[in-house]
Amino acid sequence: MIKVRIPTPLRPLTKGLGEVDAQATNITEMIDTLNTAHPGIKDRLCDDTGELRRFVNIYVNEEDIRFLKGKETSLKDGDEVSIVPAIAGG
Amino acid sequence: MAKMKALVCRECGKEYPTKAIHVCEMCFGPLEVKYNYEEIKKNISRKKIQDGPQSIWRYADLLPVEGPTFLGPHAGMTPLVRAKNLGAYLGLDELYIKNDTVNHPTLSFKDRVVAVAITRARELGFETIACASTGNLANSVAAHAAAAGMRAYVFIPGDLEAAKVLGNLIYKPNVVEVEGNYDDVNRLCSEIAGEYPWAFVNINVRPYYAEGSKTLAYETVEQLGWRTPDQVVIPMASGSLLTKIWKGLHEMKTLGLVDDVRTKINGAQAEGCSPISTAFKAGRDFFKPVKPKTIAKSLAIGNPADGYYALKATAESKGSMDMVSDDEVVEGIKLLAQTEGIFAETAGGVTIGVLQKLVKQGTIKKGDVTVAYITGNGLKTQEAVMDAVGKPHRIQPNLASFEKTFKMGKNGGGDA
Repeated sequence: MIKVRIPTPLRPLTKGLGEVDAQATNITEMIDTLNTAHPGIKDRLCDDTGELRRFVNIYVNEEDIRFLKGKETSLKDGDEVSIVPAIAGG
Repeated sequence: MAKMKALVCRECGKEYPTKAIHVCEMCFGPLEVKYNYEEIKKNISRKKIQDGPQSIWRYADLLPVEGPTFLGPHAGMTPLVRAKNLGAYLGLDELYIKNDTVNHPTLSFKDRVVAVAITRARELGFETIACASTGNLANSVAAHAAAAGMRAYVFIPGDLEAAKVLGNLIYKPNVVEVEGNYDDVNRLCSEIAGEYPWAFVNINVRPYYAEGSKTLAYETVEQLGWRTPDQVVIPMASGSLLTKIWKGLHEMKTLGLVDDVRTKINGAQAEGCSPISTAFKAGRDFFKPVKPKTIAKSLAIGNPADGYYALKATAESKGSMDMVSDDEVVEGIKLLAQTEGIFAETAGGVTIGVLQKLVKQGTIKKGDVTVAYITGNGLKTQEAVMDAVGKPHRIQPNLASFEKTFKMGKNGGGDA
């Protein structure tokens, strides 16, 4: 099971939950699984072409997936995924 | 009618109330303050600004706070130094240094943004203020919180310069050193910000905070005698400062304070962390995040929040971007110190190094009125230059020892 941390703007879709579980072997699959359990989540994370939106950041065990294999980054039991919209800072 | 109309998503245009939020819940784009410029125009004039306080608050009509109480009352209005010596060295007729090494109270441009952020945070009813920082921001948040009597949490990477760590502890905020780089700190803080009712100046309060940087544009124009410069060189970490200087210049045109803006915007990064400059040079409008490795720690943001907008602003202005090595950063710090008597931190070395490159390339020309933004103080990053400045001449407390060391003749002597 993968643990996924949900940012505030997406919590209306997860009944207010800040953390949900998902069963998936990579990020693409995880988004689809999340979307089945919480319809609408995929539209928020991905644009019309299915690519992650410009301002969406996803981390697997604290590492930005752009340093891994992007949406193809594989997941295993016990991994923790963070979704951070519009990275701020600076 | 109020000067702030709403917060608006920079991507999809959806509007939100002017609360402590920074992300569009539809498309996740960043939010920005939308002003009522027609209303502001009725109230603003060069004279009103000139009669205002000697601080950023002379531009309060253009800042996203309600007032009339302003925290951080002394930030801004730092000197615009006519850099004749450095100009002559580089071959520029009219070069200026906007010297934020002497900003109040913590010696960096961050005092501008924090004054705005903490004022707005107080207006929104927050009692705790926080930030993710590469150092200067944390110092400024800690000092302003102490003065305002607010609780503070400052989060910093584990490898900061000693003076920047001490420069937090002295004000007694909660200093949290995170084992990781700034991007780790930033991600963690984004998650913490979702859990606690705090004003994170550069996360949930960021739409207001970032606007404070516009005052660097306003002051430059006013101090140049209501002229816009031909060229500016700006250091980039998140890229926010650059985009806000560009915005500030255009607001002055919108409000009739200047006739035209022909300023070319140039961005500066260090080679060890140059995701924005690298994208610009490759002709891309998107950047690839990097793992920073540079002595310019205050600019070490590998995943820059405003990288995309910085690329856009620079392209619109027909400006340029470049990067310099760590050795060039040190040389830039020394050059500025030894020509103008201004001791900048590493980000200043980046700016001067890139300025020098742009002049050599012919991108900045002899007759261009040029302003270089020096955003932080060298006393905070002593480690960077410690081994590059030599040692004092140690002598016995007598005349003979002095004269022997300096080989003094009858008519005075030379250097040792």
